[in-house]
Amino acid sequence: MLEIKNLNYQVSDPSGGGLGILNDVSLSIGENKLVVITGPNGGGKTTLAKAVMGLVAPTSGSIVWNGQDITQMSITGRARLGISYGFQQPPRFKGLRVKDLLCLAAGRDSLATEEACQYLTKVGLCAYDYIDREVDASLSGGEVKRIEIATILARKSGLMIFDEPEAGIDLWSFAKLTETFQAIHAKREATLLIISHQERIINLADEIVMIEEGKVVRHGPKEEIFPLILAKTSSGCTYLNGEANKE
Amino acid sequence: MMDKTDWKLLKEIADLEKTPQGAYNIRRNGQLDSRSTTANIDITTKTGGKSGIDIRVKPGTKKESIHIPVIIQATGFTELVYNDFFIGEDCDVDIVAGCGIHNTGCETAQHDGLHTFYIGKNSKVRYVERHYGEGEGEGKRIFNPQTVVYLEEGASIQMETTQIRGVDSTKRDTKIVVGKDAEAVITEKLLTHGSQTAQSDMEIVLDGAGASGRVISRSVAQGQSKQVFYPKMTGNAACFGHVQCDSIIMDQAQVSSIPAIAANHVDAQLIHEAAIGRIAGDQLLKLMTLGLTEEEAEEKILDGFLQ
Repeated sequence: MLEIKNLNYQVSDPSGGGLGILNDVSLSIGENKLVVITGPNGGGKTTLAKAVMGLVAPTSGSIVWNGQDITQMSITGRARLGISYGFQQPPRFKGLRVKDLLCLAAGRDSLATEEACQYLTKVGLCAYDYIDREVDASLSGGEVKRIEIATILARKSGLMIFDEPEAGIDLWSFAKLTETFQAIHAKREATLLIISHQERIINLADEIVMIEEGKVVRHGPKEEIFPLILAKTSSGCTYLNGEANKE
Repeated sequence: MMDKTDWKLLKEIADLEKTPQGAYNIRRNGQLDSRSTTANIDITTKTGGKSGIDIRVKPGTKKESIHIPVIIQATGFTELVYNDFFIGEDCDVDIVAGCGIHNTGCETAQHDGLHTFYIGKNSKVRYVERHYGEGEGEGKRIFNPQTVVYLEEGASIQMETTQIRGVDSTKRDTKIVVGKDAEAVITEKLLTHGSQTAQSDMEIVLDGAGASGRVISRSVAQGQSKQVFYPKMTGNAACFGHVQCDSIIMDQAQVSSIPAIAANHVDAQLIHEAAIGRIAGDQLLKLMTLGLTEEEAEEKILDGFLQ
């Protein structure tokens, strides 16, 4: 279970004042749930996810994972505790091959090609074409992103955080990816926290968290929150449906 | 007699754990330690005052290897060695060279090697050269290799040079003249630390129509070490050349990368790329999210970069 209590993350604005990126965020996510965090750009979703992984140090508040306070714990410590994080824009590595990254992720010196290939297949990559390739600029953004997701699958962690996994991924691979999330969730062995704006991913969720201006504005079962989100999109926008369409 | 340290050096520079298969010449503290020749590969000691060996490979020799490692364990020992390679036509051979110095004393140990390759028509050569230094002594470990290669029509050389830690000072000079439809590929890997210095000058002359050249240089500079690279590619015919230099800079190190391309023919296509930068923070963070400590992540990134 992940419990986020009164989490704040403040930065200084150019005028020297304080700017709240996260404002008193409290959130409780049950074991083995699939929770989608959504909301407008710049609302604080990525910062919240990064705070859970330890990539951002909150100004105040606490993060508790399975009863253990991890607020002050290092990134490495959290990773070893079973928390993983798929970057929105993963870095590239000159010289490190796809299979090297998968080995590191799995925490083993070597990984059978067959096992490594399974992870790549689950993100829609033809494994034999990629396993020995360097994760460098020769790969497209969508390819790097899918390799990034494969490393999270290889970790087999208890809490998997994915930051906009759909970004840059083609439709065909995206379909495969949603199936993979669904399959992981069906096993009920891990908690999935997915930042996404994609209807197909939101549809997989047990719960939806909406974050705006650094605050949780809504949190509840998908059936309850999803209709409210749809009502706020352009198709549910009274101006776009009315005034803007007038001659 | 070879001792444990000698074998450790041989393992580092030539990946040898026992006497190699095929032709070999092991030079130890300036003297011939052991040598073996084959029906197709002859090795003879130079005469006429120059120290070194001549290696002659008969035309048509395929899938054979030649090991010519040099090991030095004597402090204060310096040498200048000339090795000439005459590779006949239509050959396909691997040559593993390299030098290891174990210096426990306080005087300099230095190996300067001048290797000249004459590679015949349509022959393929893979040339691997590793330099390695160790020893607790304050004496310097210095290497100054010079390599000159002449590639005849359709010939190719794949040259891999590696120097990871342990060498106080090195100045490397490489010149390759590439004939018609011939190809030269140089892969250079270098890691310096402490107050070490390294300079690598390269000149690849694409002389014949259809010649191609490629330089891939990757280096890591740590501590207060200094590195300078001068790769130069000259196109004198319809040819293709690519120079790529990448360096990771750390601590208070200094790196200069000065690639040059010169075209003397309208159909010469030459490209150079050079980049110097520190390890990106997001690379470290990514590997830490996989459970590595910051130090382990740094090591993995450097290992991969120099792989």
